[in-house]
Amino acid sequence: MSDSFVTPDGRTIGGKVLEMRNITLRFGGVVAIKDISFDIREGEIRAIIGPNGAGKSSMLNVINGFYHPQEGEILFHGEVRKPMKPYQIAKQGIARTFQNIALFKGMSTLDNIMTGRFNQMKTNIFAQMLWKGPAEREEVANREIVERVIDFLEIQAIRKTPVGALPYGLQKRVELGRALAAQPKLLLLDEPMAGMNVEEKEDMSRFILDVNDEFGTTIALIEHDMGVVMDISDRVVVMDYGKKIGDGTPDEVRNNQAVIDAYLGVDHG
Amino acid sequence: MSANVLPEGLDTFPKLLARNAVQWADVPAYREKEYGIWQSWSWSEVAEEVNALAMGYVALGLNEGDFVAIIGRNRPYLYWAMLAAQAAGAIPVPLYQDANAEEMAYVLEHSGARFIIAEDQEQVDKVLEIQDSLPNVEQIIYYDKRGLRKYDHTQLTAYEDVQAEGRAGHARLAPVLKERQAKLNESSTCVMLYTSGTTGKPKGVVLSNTNIIASAKASSEFDNLNAGDSVLAYLPMAWVGDFIFSIGQSCWTGFCVACPESPQTMQADLREIGPSYFFAPPRFFEGLLTNVMIRIEDASPMKKKLFHKYMEHAKKVGPDLLDGKPVSFGDKLKYWIGDKLIYGPLKNTLGLSKVRVGYTAGEAIGPEIFEFYRSLGINLKQLYGQTEASVFITQQPDGEVRADTVGVPSPGVELKIADNGEVFYRSPGTFVEYYKNPESTADTKDPEGWVATGDAGFIEESSGHLRIIDRAKDVGKMADGSMFAPKFVENKLKFYPDILEAVVFGAGKENCVAFINIDLGAVGNWAERNNIAYASYQELTAHPHVLGSIQSHIEEVNKSVAADEMLSGCQIHRFLVLHKELDPDDGEMTRTRKVRRKLVAEKFDDLVAALYDGSKTISTETEVTYEDGRKGSIKATLELRDVAVVPLKKEVAA
Repeated sequence: MSDSFVTPDGRTIGGKVLEMRNITLRFGGVVAIKDISFDIREGEIRAIIGPNGAGKSSMLNVINGFYHPQEGEILFHGEVRKPMKPYQIAKQGIARTFQNIALFKGMSTLDNIMTGRFNQMKTNIFAQMLWKGPAEREEVANREIVERVIDFLEIQAIRKTPVGALPYGLQKRVELGRALAAQPKLLLLDEPMAGMNVEEKEDMSRFILDVNDEFGTTIALIEHDMGVVMDISDRVVVMDYGKKIGDGTPDEVRNNQAVIDAYLGVDHG
Repeated sequence: MSANVLPEGLDTFPKLLARNAVQWADVPAYREKEYGIWQSWSWSEVAEEVNALAMGYVALGLNEGDFVAIIGRNRPYLYWAMLAAQAAGAIPVPLYQDANAEEMAYVLEHSGARFIIAEDQEQVDKVLEIQDSLPNVEQIIYYDKRGLRKYDHTQLTAYEDVQAEGRAGHARLAPVLKERQAKLNESSTCVMLYTSGTTGKPKGVVLSNTNIIASAKASSEFDNLNAGDSVLAYLPMAWVGDFIFSIGQSCWTGFCVACPESPQTMQADLREIGPSYFFAPPRFFEGLLTNVMIRIEDASPMKKKLFHKYMEHAKKVGPDLLDGKPVSFGDKLKYWIGDKLIYGPLKNTLGLSKVRVGYTAGEAIGPEIFEFYRSLGINLKQLYGQTEASVFITQQPDGEVRADTVGVPSPGVELKIADNGEVFYRSPGTFVEYYKNPESTADTKDPEGWVATGDAGFIEESSGHLRIIDRAKDVGKMADGSMFAPKFVENKLKFYPDILEAVVFGAGKENCVAFINIDLGAVGNWAERNNIAYASYQELTAHPHVLGSIQSHIEEVNKSVAADEMLSGCQIHRFLVLHKELDPDDGEMTRTRKVRRKLVAEKFDDLVAALYDGSKTISTETEVTYEDGRKGSIKATLELRDVAVVPLKKEVAA
């Protein structure tokens, strides 16, 4: 594959942002991920799909730096990445959402999204306590970024509402907001549409496409809903029992026999 | 129409804007909350923005006399788009933003608009969907760029790009504008507004500069509106009232128009802005009161007691204080304490603390609802109007406010009542014509300029106030010849917080029956507090407890209806609770949320028949339209209930 290509809808997909080479992850004797290689290119929407227990979330945790694979290497912008803590990786421009919403339930939507700016804040706790000069300017600048995210996700009406009181679909949106507030280069979404109704799924799909379109953010997402995945992603990796069984455009994947077997079961007769 | 209705030099909107840009150069003209902060534009800034856009229109090829369609929610940019259309010699046509593609197609085709100003991707998509059937549409200008990057831009331009082009071509385009504006005068068309169409297709009401500016002037003087006032613009831009308030009166008096951040934040924005001039349909005040009552129900016993105690006092003396009638010192003191403890904080929460002039219109308002707001010290008044009159027909002067009238004729308006009770008016605001529809124009407006309102009413002799009974065509006779006025009964029913909508049938029948729509908010909250489980709206509507409480409401209403000497025959004998909410998407209501009685009767004819044949239950299937235009159907088995009525004495006791 050449270094960049153009999608059917006219977007240019650039070079490799992240490349996973022969990743293997074990928990004791259990092999969660077995010798997987794939890449994520700049500006694309990359989906990772597979049945339950296929190792999708583990894969995201590896990218995110939460798990360290026993074998293989990860290349970030062409360079081998050293083992890092998740916050160090976040500072490199990788943000994520979680499968089970991980927000601060008692805090407002605004405050939750503000935490997404935490890594970008430089003034120390004492300056912030005094609330003068640099600390104030920093807060204002960060608040503006957060307000743009709120506007983008159309959640103005719940700005001051504690997230614990929000319906599930909106909480998911707030979590996406927090990830966006970090202005990531690469956004990892762990089942952004799990548990949503059709309308909420449509909204979320629209937001994911808009993020990609508006900010040029590269997105890697895990999703169960095949319809959604096939509609919005440029390329899809299919995993089953920790192995990669397919990789390509939605059409290629849809016609891949190994994928069909994994999803529909194999005839043992 | 007589000339010289308007002062020299103030007879068109471009002229008004030019005056404002000098006279109130630094006074805020428009505000909008964006990114969590209220952004504001002064009159001089607005004039510059409007001018740039108007020049951009010309650069794109807008001709004099063209129609420019505007679709979107209330935003300063879209108001400027209307003013810019006028500045370029064209005519703005605002559309209902929640109209579906099909309804939009009708209006766009009928008006022949060449330019469309769409707020965002959603509206652009709707236009593109129907564009194939609209050869007249040449340019679509959108404000919000989001999601539109990848669209084919041969006919699509961003709002700010149009303005940029206008500014760039200033030297070439400014003289064109000047020349076009010089040709405009008080009889030029100011705006074309489509009626929501309670019956049949929408009609394009053509209103001249005289119509709008004279109405704006008279009504501003009536209530002493001035540049220090402010309003919140949240009602549909396609509605004549919004055009009068947010463009007409605003440009005339120079007051500030604030636009909410999003439709969902309207309540919070209202509270932040605290407008001094406020308009809302009865539905809004009903909803607000229902919310207050629900929250009081959930409050601690102490607060609940305090609230009820002081509200009782407010009901007693509040309206009198507002009308300036004498009130004893003790009562005044108690009201003052109540104001500190209850009324003030409540008004503040509702965002109505600063309201100096408040209006409600469109439908009758329940007397208790009306009194509630008046007793809090909010100067809520009623007005009666319609698109064809540039809103104002009658309105209530301060000190003469009552729940059951709609006030005295507005300045410059003449009224007469026809033999069949229909109300006719003639005024400077009377519309020019229905666009491309001379028959309807002739049906509605006679050569002398009298316009039929379609409403039946009478003028009260003692006060000179107009009272509206019902739509003239809805007022009928029952089988025994007694008068049937469904709205009269429905309004009484709708006062109950758990009844959202009621439709009463009975013309030509022995007795009356009713459809009820429950209010999901109020009934849902009640169900929650009483541990009643329900899975859907439909299940809630069929719950025996819900039916029981609705039945008791109807019985109370029957008692009050029986007391009315003219309309005592309108008591409700049987009712059912509808399994779906009446919805504009299904055509059961207009976009301004008025019930289309005939259509409802036809659509649910099986239910009406069942109400009259005495059956206990009925199974039915109803077609519903989803927001995206797809259709589906819901099945339900409804329970029909009999209601106790007050027996009427045929002979009146001596």
